[in-house]
Amino acid sequence: MYPFALADCRLCALPSGALYWPDQQLLCISDLHLGKSERIARRGGSLLPPYETRATLERLDSDIEATGARRIVCLGDSFDDLAAAEGLDSADQLWLTRLMAGREWIWIEGNHDAGPVEIGGSHLAELRLGPLRFRHIATSDPAEISGHYHPKLRLAGRALRCFLLDAQRLVLPAYGTYTGGLWSDDAILVGLMQPTALALALSKTILPLPMPR
Amino acid sequence: MRLPSALSDWFSAQGWALHPHQTEMLSRASEASTLLIAPTGGGKTLAGFLPSLAEITPETQGLHTLYLSPLKALAADIRRNLRRPVEGAGLPIRIEDRTGDTSYTQRRRQRADPPHILLTTPESLALLLSYEDAPRIFAGLKRVVIDEIHALAESKRGDQLMLQLARLQALNPGLRRVGLSATVEDPPALAAFLGSQTAILQADPGPDPDIQMLHTQAPPPWAGGGGRYAIADVLQQVAAHKTTLIFHNTRAQAEIFFHHLWLANTDDLPIGIHHGSLSRDQRARVEQAMTDGRLRAVVCTGSLDLGLDWGDVDLVIQVGAPKNIKRLVQRIGRANHRYNAPSKALLVPANRFEVIECQAALEAVRARTLDGDPRARGPRDVLCQHILATACAAPFDAGALYAEAISAGPYASLTRAEFDACLEFTATGGYALRAYDKWQRLMIRQGKHSLRDPRTAATIRQNLGTIIDTETLKVRLKGRMGGTPLGEVEEAFASTLTRGDTFLIGGQIVRYEGLNELTVEVTRQPGRDPKVAVFSGTKFATSTQLSERILRLLQQPDWPDLPAHTVQWLKLQRDLSRLPAPGRLLIESFPYDGREHLCLYGFAGRNAQQTLGLLLTKRMEDQGLNPLGFVATDYATLIWGLAPTPDPAALLSLQTLRHDLETWLSGNAVMKRGFRNIATIAGLIERQHQGRRKSGRQATFSSDILYDTLRKYDPDHLLMQLTREEAMRGLVDFGRLEDLLARIGTDIDHIRLNQPSPFAAPLFLEPGKIPIHGQGREKLAEEAARQLMRNAGLL
Repeated sequence: MYPFALADCRLCALPSGALYWPDQQLLCISDLHLGKSERIARRGGSLLPPYETRATLERLDSDIEATGARRIVCLGDSFDDLAAAEGLDSADQLWLTRLMAGREWIWIEGNHDAGPVEIGGSHLAELRLGPLRFRHIATSDPAEISGHYHPKLRLAGRALRCFLLDAQRLVLPAYGTYTGGLWSDDAILVGLMQPTALALALSKTILPLPMPR
Repeated sequence: MRLPSALSDWFSAQGWALHPHQTEMLSRASEASTLLIAPTGGGKTLAGFLPSLAEITPETQGLHTLYLSPLKALAADIRRNLRRPVEGAGLPIRIEDRTGDTSYTQRRRQRADPPHILLTTPESLALLLSYEDAPRIFAGLKRVVIDEIHALAESKRGDQLMLQLARLQALNPGLRRVGLSATVEDPPALAAFLGSQTAILQADPGPDPDIQMLHTQAPPPWAGGGGRYAIADVLQQVAAHKTTLIFHNTRAQAEIFFHHLWLANTDDLPIGIHHGSLSRDQRARVEQAMTDGRLRAVVCTGSLDLGLDWGDVDLVIQVGAPKNIKRLVQRIGRANHRYNAPSKALLVPANRFEVIECQAALEAVRARTLDGDPRARGPRDVLCQHILATACAAPFDAGALYAEAISAGPYASLTRAEFDACLEFTATGGYALRAYDKWQRLMIRQGKHSLRDPRTAATIRQNLGTIIDTETLKVRLKGRMGGTPLGEVEEAFASTLTRGDTFLIGGQIVRYEGLNELTVEVTRQPGRDPKVAVFSGTKFATSTQLSERILRLLQQPDWPDLPAHTVQWLKLQRDLSRLPAPGRLLIESFPYDGREHLCLYGFAGRNAQQTLGLLLTKRMEDQGLNPLGFVATDYATLIWGLAPTPDPAALLSLQTLRHDLETWLSGNAVMKRGFRNIATIAGLIERQHQGRRKSGRQATFSSDILYDTLRKYDPDHLLMQLTREEAMRGLVDFGRLEDLLARIGTDIDHIRLNQPSPFAAPLFLEPGKIPIHGQGREKLAEEAARQLMRNAGLL
């Protein structure tokens, strides 16, 4: 758990890749890409092990349990596409419903799952809460929390997913199981983040370091 | 069967007389399956073709004979060699080759109008058989000739080829097959591989080779490969012979050696280089120059192990230990391609350990003892691919395909249940969780299996073949993104580097600065010894038989056959520590460079030594000794970590190791690499093409994630079973480790030193270090992150 402040809000980065905002009892995760294997199969690709939704929900479950979050914000690309949301296995659907029960659940639109999904909760293009804005893809607005890029970095010979943090914004790592990543020194991320940006690498604990660029 | 008179007249005009085994092949022309074993230079290939040359008449329609070779270069060379007698005798025979290098137009024409004799590779054949019109292309096929079958049988390419032969046999029940092989240790096993009814024809093996170790002015270095120290001596040998082949175990070493050979080549002897990473044009130019007799030497790798009859080669130089006596004998056969003349060969050990190995190999060659491991059953990932490829051609009946599969030698003992599991995997993924009923890859229609979506055939065809290319990264000088890269290194090697590591590339020493996208950034670091000596090692383990000879050699009191420098080194090891002995295990421990080290001299071959490293580090991790990594060679395993190991012998109980194996098997990097290869061959993951790798970084994820997911949710999945089985045999080689531990029992000698011993020191320069992702590394990562924060003034 790594506490930090953005626009005077006290936030916590978790080693799982989730963000927790204790004052709002809010848990934010990005890029779940649920149903990815189903989508690949539907398009005639390989039949990948169909367990990634289960694996992702398992981690989400334990994060909700551990933080006691009352409000969940999914920062976009929660489903690998809109059909994947409908094609969810019934056991996984039940699990998701159980997680949502009694909690405020907000689905932010992503580029993979733009448009409303036939599933409970609120569906928003973006969310403003206090000084913070939650949206899928970063813009030049201040106090912004986004996902989309799946940032990762190398540290002591290992590839690790990471948060990227500067005075203006936070970019979340991808939370989904079947997700690759973009190196933090990619031109897009170097252009997006301020020179003083930190990377919060996900290991057994969160390891903060200057963002490799 | 008799030769056409035009052909025998032409032979007589050339002054050629057929060897006895060539005549014998003619008289056996009608047999269903024949394996010819003959030494290099015995005219094997011609022997294989003689029946075809006799049978094909102006009336012969379509494809008559299919020739398969493991090498593209060989297919092209055979075409040239075969055309000579055919055109000389005016025979009405059309001969063409077809490989990945053949133009699209020509390949299309060949499908529409096949030649009488088609020369190709297993991969090109797989593609041909996957087309809908395969039955038409191969209609009327009479004979299949498989060249260098001993080489094909050593890999999955051979298993794939035998399944394809079964397919061809089903299309043409009268098909006759011929296998051509160099000397092997177990001819009946190879015959069974080719087919159940195979008869063996053994040609005269020829005289003993003339083989020695090269005497050099400078002693070999302590570690590393490449043999640069011997450049001057090798040049002298090249000057004293007509044509020399200089074999290296890896492409990288061949490149580096070639570079330095040229720098020292003040007489401007014409010398070329040949290996699989060079462009087709470059390879073709060298082959042509060699055929024309314009080259005095060729620096080469396994790409010249086979084929290409160059009669003028009168010396073979092997740089680096041969690892395996059988391959050495086959390589030596490349010299003096005249039948019944002794081959001349020189061995150049690349380091001190290899001096001993080369001496042991020399003795084995003189004693005519070959080594080799029995072939495993046909791998089922290859079968999965074959099922998919068959579905691309046409809907198939499962029972008929099973019958076809077990007619292939390697799959003779395949059970119906095993076959069905493979079929289930290709159709539905074969998961415990039934997820893809709607999106099956194969569906049963009218009792036959067919592709659900015919468009997927294109993807399946793109992924055919069992050769997995190692992914490589370009190496560039930092700050110069344009211009020519210094070279390429394997991705796996790049991932072992940390900033400041120095290594050799293109003959120069560079310092690793970091990875940028898909480029390894380096700076020049002149005048320092490289920390990591080479960037790609040979994957073959030194054979059991050779290792035993090495251990026996170490027991000699004063080593009369070894050079003085090596004797000196051995004496030093004997004085400061101890020499490894048969039936005992020597373990040394010592501090060095701020880390604790443990070195085990098992002489069990690279793979088993690697397994030993993985199992022991697992134990050490459990005991809080914070191991950080290890490196394994054919002779020893060197482990380093944060804490000393008080009683290493206690770690070595076979029972505990076997118990740990199952847990350990599931989580390690070697298994993940094996899984990636199996999943690629079986069609679960697509081959990574350069372009897609670059654009799709964010979307694609590593196959490690698939492995971890299966391990957690579906540990008995077919691909997990296959990964485990294969690892036990090959990469893990647990059998050899068990043999070692059974042999030594409690005879373990642990010696505590205050610095690396003469034997241990070279291990520090070995490539292929494997990191342990445990508590030790976690501590280092925390420290590294803290240091970076401190440097940035943030802490």
